[in-house]
Amino acid sequence: MVISEDTRAAIDSECAKYPQKRGGLLPAMHLVQKQLGHIAPETAVELAEIFDIRPVEVMEVLTFYNMFFSAPRGRHNVYVCTNLPCALRGSRTLLAQIESHLGIAAGETTEDGRISLGHEECLGACAYAPMLRVDETYHENLDLEKANQILDGLE
Amino acid sequence: MGLKVPYVTSYLTEHCAEDDYVSLAGYEAKGGYRAAKKALGMAPQEVINLVKESGLQGRGGAGFSTGMKWSFMPQDSDRPKYLVCNADESEPGSFKDRLLLERTPHKMLEGILIAAWATGAEKTFIYVRGEYAFPADVVQRAIDEAYEKGILGPRCMGKSFAHDVVLMRGAGAYICGEETGLLESLEGKKGQPRKKPPFPAQYGAFGMPSTVNNVETFCHVPHIVDQGADWFRGFGTEKSPGTTLFGVSGHVVRPGLYELPLGTPLDEIIFEHAGGIPGGRKVKGVIPGGMSMPVLPAGQLDVPMANEYLRERQSMLGTGGIMVMDETTCMVRASCIITYFFRDESCGQCTQCREGTGWLNKIVNRLERGAGSEKDIDILVDVAGKMEGQTICAFADAAAWPVQGMIRHFRGDFEEHVRQQKCPFSGSFEL
Repeated sequence: MVISEDTRAAIDSECAKYPQKRGGLLPAMHLVQKQLGHIAPETAVELAEIFDIRPVEVMEVLTFYNMFFSAPRGRHNVYVCTNLPCALRGSRTLLAQIESHLGIAAGETTEDGRISLGHEECLGACAYAPMLRVDETYHENLDLEKANQILDGLE
Repeated sequence: MGLKVPYVTSYLTEHCAEDDYVSLAGYEAKGGYRAAKKALGMAPQEVINLVKESGLQGRGGAGFSTGMKWSFMPQDSDRPKYLVCNADESEPGSFKDRLLLERTPHKMLEGILIAAWATGAEKTFIYVRGEYAFPADVVQRAIDEAYEKGILGPRCMGKSFAHDVVLMRGAGAYICGEETGLLESLEGKKGQPRKKPPFPAQYGAFGMPSTVNNVETFCHVPHIVDQGADWFRGFGTEKSPGTTLFGVSGHVVRPGLYELPLGTPLDEIIFEHAGGIPGGRKVKGVIPGGMSMPVLPAGQLDVPMANEYLRERQSMLGTGGIMVMDETTCMVRASCIITYFFRDESCGQCTQCREGTGWLNKIVNRLERGAGSEKDIDILVDVAGKMEGQTICAFADAAAWPVQGMIRHFRGDFEEHVRQQKCPFSGSFEL
């Protein structure tokens, strides 16, 4: 068992909020990912047991949503929004500059395991472009200098 | 640099720059929950009639009559009824609900409570897109406060009426903004939209009668109850009453939010409010209502921003997300981004959408590379036409319409790529 007792207790209290236990699956997956960083196939099996559903049903959910990871990630997930409103204000140029600053391409993780870089679709920050999402925090109205400062400050 | 609070405010966002407005005490100090108190003293049917008379239309994109939607909820059912607040704002170009979640959470909760009373719903699920971690925290704090003060819970505002509110975070899927995709996600499944009928009012969340409304829609409701349908109809057009939060992005001097009456001319929003195009450049095209809505060319910006006028120009209000593109913009590049998005976000259950979004993206990319032919442009029109209206949900339409709009108004851009066998717009934004 890799899901901790604390996480398990939090899952149970989430499930209690829904008329059917399975309503708690997405919240449970957020909780598990918070504890473990990703949801490995074995963890998905454990979740399936908790929810009394087939492992494939958890895998379906795991692979459908962009924010759930089935493989380990860097310590920080950094995303540049590259959708149209941001692109019009230079976000794709910014992404290319960040790629060369970090020495990795979008979709890759730095060798020291510090940052996984990606691009993301619209994050609802269109007027504050270009922007970065670092884990759960938005950084907006950026230029390369500000972006690099944020990235260099990540441990 | 875009301001976080609207540059222009009206009733909806009047106090949203005040920090204490986020708290229950601050909200009540400005008259908050007065409307809920009034509504809970009315007969539920009276409240529904009032919202119907106000002419309020949903602000989530489809623009359906809110009062009508509420009236579809079965009156004499012994099954539990649910409300769902769609806070899965994901339409590219839209960022208005985020402001309301972050700055006016109690107004949304008040609207929810009024809707719950009117429809007899025992529980509301607020589904917030996964990336909106901060807005979700703000809303959760507001929910907790409302419970502490007895506004929510077993006896809402001292009445023998129970209502619970549960916040769920999504996990990154545009399609969950489609109401039945959202319901599937709420039930712990992948967010693939359901066939309709049955509609949510009969078979909604967890199989129970449900009504799904957008964040902004709920926020208008307390004002309607407080000040009346006639007052509300004093804003906007006859067919599209009220204000809305327009989000302006792209090539403008002041990108940001503007709360203005529906029917405000698009050029007034862009040039008077948002300061026009930087560097003295000219505008080339504008997407008026979030990325799903067809683009309008520079010559059509006099259109009043309400569905009855936008439809005449073969576009729609959508979510009011206005994306402005200046004369340097390559519309084929813009189409590359648009078609990539829909290809990436198609849930994959309908063939026309799953295959069609991929084809559109591949062909547009080929044209942008300079490897396309004149025939490719016709194939785009053909594929888009065969996706439209053929699928379980409106996603395929949303993917087809912008491509049709781009070719309708900017076919020359596409043809020039074919003629020169390269992108002729060297000054355009980078891809």
